[in-house]
Amino acid sequence: MLEILAIMAAGILIGRLTKSRKAFLALIDKLIVVSIFLLLFFLGAGIGGDDEILKGLDTIGINALIIASGAVAGSLVAAWALWKWLFANKSTTTS
Amino acid sequence: MKTSLTIILFFLAGLLVGITGLFPPWLGEKPISRFALFALMFFVGISVGANGETLGVLRKQGIKLILVPVATIAGTFIGVALIHPLTSHVYLTESLAVGAGFGYYSLTSIIISEMYSEALGVTALLANIAREVITLALAPVMVLWLGKLSPIASGGATSMDTTLPIIVKSSGKEFAMVAVFHGVSLTILVPFVVTAILSFLI
Repeated sequence: MLEILAIMAAGILIGRLTKSRKAFLALIDKLIVVSIFLLLFFLGAGIGGDDEILKGLDTIGINALIIASGAVAGSLVAAWALWKWLFANKSTTTS
Repeated sequence: MKTSLTIILFFLAGLLVGITGLFPPWLGEKPISRFALFALMFFVGISVGANGETLGVLRKQGIKLILVPVATIAGTFIGVALIHPLTSHVYLTESLAVGAGFGYYSLTSIIISEMYSEALGVTALLANIAREVITLALAPVMVLWLGKLSPIASGGATSMDTTLPIIVKSSGKEFAMVAVFHGVSLTILVPFVVTAILSFLI
């Protein structure tokens, strides 16, 4: 866990120093996409070869839907409250 | 995230290869995939470091802009915590780690499956894809009932790319900048927040 944060911190430092080099950053973005492809392929393969997970896939799917609903509903309520409190105020004074 | 369909295809291809048993087991072994994760986090770090400046420029637009991602973060965690009792075989901390993906399903599912468990990694993949799909489908209705910030909050990290077009269409062009700032902020935060929550589980 610590090592992953240290690796990211090193990356951020390098990013700050090289932020003006557009070509380098474009390459980094490509590398990000390629490593995501690779790792998701690994994740898929790991699950495909794991009968325990395959058997529990319906529970996993239902849990995912429940968590997604909670996350969306919660952020919608928060966004609505913020809209009422801040931005709607502004629009009533200008209109 | 821009290439979300391709990302899902890679996952499905992996799944197929895994089920058929064609996948050479040594390739998926911890050292190799762990190295790939570290490389990814390093690249993400560079990208974050380079984009931090852009964020700083946008920040001068005012405190109101910062309140939008703050609302999304608070709303997401409260919503997930409240709905958590309906889930089965998951701890609250696990649900929160999944929610902390804020729609950034590729990176979140990778971090969770590498650092913690593949089952929860798949949960994160599906839950965060669902977040994007719900936003794409319901953005116009959200704006109608809950104001113009609602599809931005619902889209989470995807409000900077995949859900941006529907947000602009539903909320208006003047909210494009809010949406991009919101998406960039959350995208940068995701790896830190997910890792931090996982650290309570390991």
